[in-house]
Amino acid sequence: MGIVSPGFKGRGGAGREKLPPGQYLVTDFPVLSAGPTPRVDTGSWELRIRTETGEVHSWDWAAFRALPSEEITVDLHCVTKWSKLHTPWRGVSLDTLLAEAETSAEYALARSYGGYTTNLPLQDLLDGQAWVAYEFDGEPLESEHGGPARLLVPHLYLWKSAKWVQGIDLLDNDEPGFWESLGYHNYGDPWREQRYWGD
Amino acid sequence: MARAAVLGRLTWQVGTVAVVREETATARTIVLDVPGWSGHTAGQHVDVRLTAQDGYSTQRSYSIASAPAPGRLELTVQRLEDGEVSPYLTDVLKPGFPLELRGPIGGWFAWDPAAAGPVLLVAGGSGVVPLMSMIRARAAAGSHAPFRLVYSVRSPDTALYPAELAQRGHAGEGVEVSWVYTRSAPAGARVRVGRLNPVVLAAPGWTPEAAPAVFICGPTGFVEAAASLLVRAGHDPGVIKTERFGPSGGQA
Repeated sequence: MGIVSPGFKGRGGAGREKLPPGQYLVTDFPVLSAGPTPRVDTGSWELRIRTETGEVHSWDWAAFRALPSEEITVDLHCVTKWSKLHTPWRGVSLDTLLAEAETSAEYALARSYGGYTTNLPLQDLLDGQAWVAYEFDGEPLESEHGGPARLLVPHLYLWKSAKWVQGIDLLDNDEPGFWESLGYHNYGDPWREQRYWGD
Repeated sequence: MARAAVLGRLTWQVGTVAVVREETATARTIVLDVPGWSGHTAGQHVDVRLTAQDGYSTQRSYSIASAPAPGRLELTVQRLEDGEVSPYLTDVLKPGFPLELRGPIGGWFAWDPAAAGPVLLVAGGSGVVPLMSMIRARAAAGSHAPFRLVYSVRSPDTALYPAELAQRGHAGEGVEVSWVYTRSAPAGARVRVGRLNPVVLAAPGWTPEAAPAVFICGPTGFVEAAASLLVRAGHDPGVIKTERFGPSGGQA
């Protein structure tokens, strides 16, 4: 706990107890990104998973949308402090996308249209913990929120849920992504408040 | 691309409010003395943590407005009507009060005075704060990098730093300042009221061929619009850096 701020009471109210440390609740859906929003046409869209041996699995938009999908309702926690609870998505589980990949890799690097990257342990993508999502609240995912499809890894800070995802590389060695190279925590667990290097 | 990464562990520090300066009816600058603060790179922010008597604690990020300096920094805070933290900072906090913070944070939306190339800054509302730090850092470092600020505000009374921008925008200073008024312009001014448009952005010397580094900061709607206009005009998306002020994204 920090020093007491004289005269500060806080807003209190519902939701306060359910949030990770340092987070506050929002009901809108803020947008954070480092550059212009890429406009990705589903006609040329492709998702590529590449294993450490160079084996590639890829889907165009039609093939991707033909995969079994799931409806999920999850809480989002952004490192810039806002949290949004009970958000409804539809997407394809990474368990489905990785089912055919033969790999002993321990790490993954997600790559996005526009050049963004983010890294995470491969096990954080498995066992019902991660999706490539293409609908939010019953509507096609808007480009400013990462459409046509984004990674969704809700148990980590939201910068790990790469917008405009284009591919996932499976790697033997961990490779820091964009924000992870710029001072943000390599893993990013909101409940342990892993915002920055050394947290 | 120069990367001014955050190095090492960011620990919480306690600053003391030295001075508060009212900037507009709803925004104020807080000057903080922070012993051991080693400065920042213009464009970076700090995390501020408030803690209530009952132990409840919450954090927000605020951009640094001042030029980098050891031991002291300035934050300009816009009060949000339904905010939890900003009303405390703008209405309750007084000189002598402690304020917990950690930083500087952010190695991407940052400008290093060693860079000599032209810099195009596009601000919406209180999004001007980190860009003002760049303008001040430029002056403090004696940089001759050509700067241009396009600053969109609702009306003159909501503008931050108008007097300082007028002074820094004088011919010969190397900083051009262009204003966009979305609701009302200054009395007698011969400017059209309206949103940011391609004509304002495409001033002589600031075309894509000049390849300026671009920093855009403001509410989400503003940032999306400005970035789209610049990409459509031919600027390389790879040189456009954006920072969005939240939580909600109304048009400035």
